[in-house]
Amino acid sequence: MDLFIQYLVAGVTYGIMYAIVAIGFNIIYNTTGIINFAQGEFVMLGGMTAISLLEYLPLPLAIAAAVLITMLIGALIEMVFIRWLDSPSVLRMIIITIGLSILIREVALHIWGENIRSLPYFYGDEVTTVSFGPVRLSPQVLWVIGICTVMVACLSLFFKVTPLGREMRACSANRTAAILCGINTRNMVTFSFMLSAGIGALAGCVMSPITYTQYDSGTSLAIKGFTVAILGGLGNSVGAVAAGILLGIIEAFSVSVLPLAYQDVISITILLLILFWRPYGLFGSSAAARLKEF
Amino acid sequence: MNGLLRKSVMVLAAIGLLAAPAVQAGTLKIGAILAETGPAAFLGKPEVKTLKMLVEQVNAKGGILGNKVELVIKDSAGKKENAVSFAKQLIEEEKVFAILGPTRSGSTMAIKNICEQAKTLLISCASTKKIVDPVARYVFKTPQNDSLAVRKIFEEMQKQKISKIAVVVGGTGFGKMGKMFMNKLAPEYGIQVVANETYSPKVTDLSALVTKLKANKDIQAVVNWSIVPAQTILAKNMRQAGWDVPLFQSHGFGNINYVKSGGKATEGIIFPAGRLLVADSLPDDNPQKAVLVQYKNDYESKYKEPVSTFGGHAYDAFMILKKGIETAGSLDKEKVRDAIEHMTFAGTGGVFKFSPKDHSGLGIDAFVMMTVKNGAFAPYHGK
Repeated sequence: MDLFIQYLVAGVTYGIMYAIVAIGFNIIYNTTGIINFAQGEFVMLGGMTAISLLEYLPLPLAIAAAVLITMLIGALIEMVFIRWLDSPSVLRMIIITIGLSILIREVALHIWGENIRSLPYFYGDEVTTVSFGPVRLSPQVLWVIGICTVMVACLSLFFKVTPLGREMRACSANRTAAILCGINTRNMVTFSFMLSAGIGALAGCVMSPITYTQYDSGTSLAIKGFTVAILGGLGNSVGAVAAGILLGIIEAFSVSVLPLAYQDVISITILLLILFWRPYGLFGSSAAARLKEF
Repeated sequence: MNGLLRKSVMVLAAIGLLAAPAVQAGTLKIGAILAETGPAAFLGKPEVKTLKMLVEQVNAKGGILGNKVELVIKDSAGKKENAVSFAKQLIEEEKVFAILGPTRSGSTMAIKNICEQAKTLLISCASTKKIVDPVARYVFKTPQNDSLAVRKIFEEMQKQKISKIAVVVGGTGFGKMGKMFMNKLAPEYGIQVVANETYSPKVTDLSALVTKLKANKDIQAVVNWSIVPAQTILAKNMRQAGWDVPLFQSHGFGNINYVKSGGKATEGIIFPAGRLLVADSLPDDNPQKAVLVQYKNDYESKYKEPVSTFGGHAYDAFMILKKGIETAGSLDKEKVRDAIEHMTFAGTGGVFKFSPKDHSGLGIDAFVMMTVKNGAFAPYHGK
């Protein structure tokens, strides 16, 4: 039983991180129809910027500043590369965002070098453990689960209740109708990039002590995040959370029966199976999927 | 007018081509393929810095046999494919005299045949025994064999009466060779490998693996074999799970940056290394001491960072090549190769004794057991 809980905790930690990246994909996809493959880089930038700012600011301020800076970078990317495009095709957008992710990675390499870095643990250090009965884990894990859950809750509230959130939802439901209602859809697009960048950056900061941050840590995260986004139904954020936790748990438990070497095989196999069997995701609906272009 | 112009251009070009070799005489081009960026950067960066420092020193003293050394460094970023294309480029376009490196075992194995067939000297900074077994005439290496590192670890385990271990390796050339040697040599020391696991080199968390291994109460020690950041991630996950069994690392742990990134979790890690990390405490009559202390002081005063054993491997490679050329007395590749093959050389990794059958030159006595105490490397004196 203890083993079960230990694996479960590892799985949920990972799952929530994948889910945050997936939600980032979903926000941008919903508002613009674009799959932003540079999403992983936002996570990396958040962590790296916070680490650099740590020399001048205390930890909470450094993280807040890093999130704001990454949001600005997200907005800049949108305004410079995306805004002036005139109804681009999906394929063109994908290639542009992949190119952007490579660009950001190389710039990060020049600024920060190739060393691995990490933020200090929020509480304690590398060997502190907290015990819940037989289960022992690092307090950082609790921070990850806590902060990410709060983020997901805030986001759903934001989209349901605030005017800005509802305008973004209107944009994603039907762009033309939104324009007719007087919503400035171009600003919505910029804002969606900012929001995605912001949550990605916060997730990057909070997982940095556990996973280390390096100039190329965004890539594998983007792939897993994309898998989770598809798994949960592209555009469906609640689905993303469920799918993320599901994938994390499957990966963690797979270690108990299969050699560790197969862990990545599992997630890619699941992605392939889902794409063959239910391409609109576990929680997406085929009717809604047909209405979308992708 | 057109014909005259063309003819004059051709004449000028011919003179240029004839003049070029005249300008080249007196320069010795040495190529290096090192992983300055990427997952092996903790190894490659000190190697690059060391080579640059040595070339500067040697050129200030007049070069090798009066030839100025020109170092052509290519950053493989730790990738085999890059190593292969750079090797071809260095041999065919740059026409280097010899190649130093690569940093990683996988990259070295990828270019071993290329260099052998091109009859270009390759002195690798990677450690797997396969580089020199089977022996290729032009291929040498400076780190100690991974098989010897395994033996050193097992000897220590025997002393501590450890008989059941878990073997955890990274999915790289280095890791796979380590796993092979550990499983092959364990029975000789009465040790049983009860768990064998491989992780992806890019892995960022091993807590699921630690859960699985910790549940096996038989395991008395864990041996990790990799050079990627996962070395320290494993240490962190083990201590966070409250698992206190001894953790042994390969000789790929010899850079203080690994200790810095792992913090308190790296306390007590045991690993074999060359004597560079304990240079100052060696007795004065130790054949390596002068070389070690000189290199350590030069490197640390120039770059303001502690030495690592990996920079030492590059030091050995360059100095062995230099000594080979000076012993042969000429830039004839065959003579230099023969000189190296019969050389004895006190370097940072140990005292090298090359022979036609042994292109690695180091024995198990090249190692000392080290550990991490209070965030710094210290000699290990047993439990």
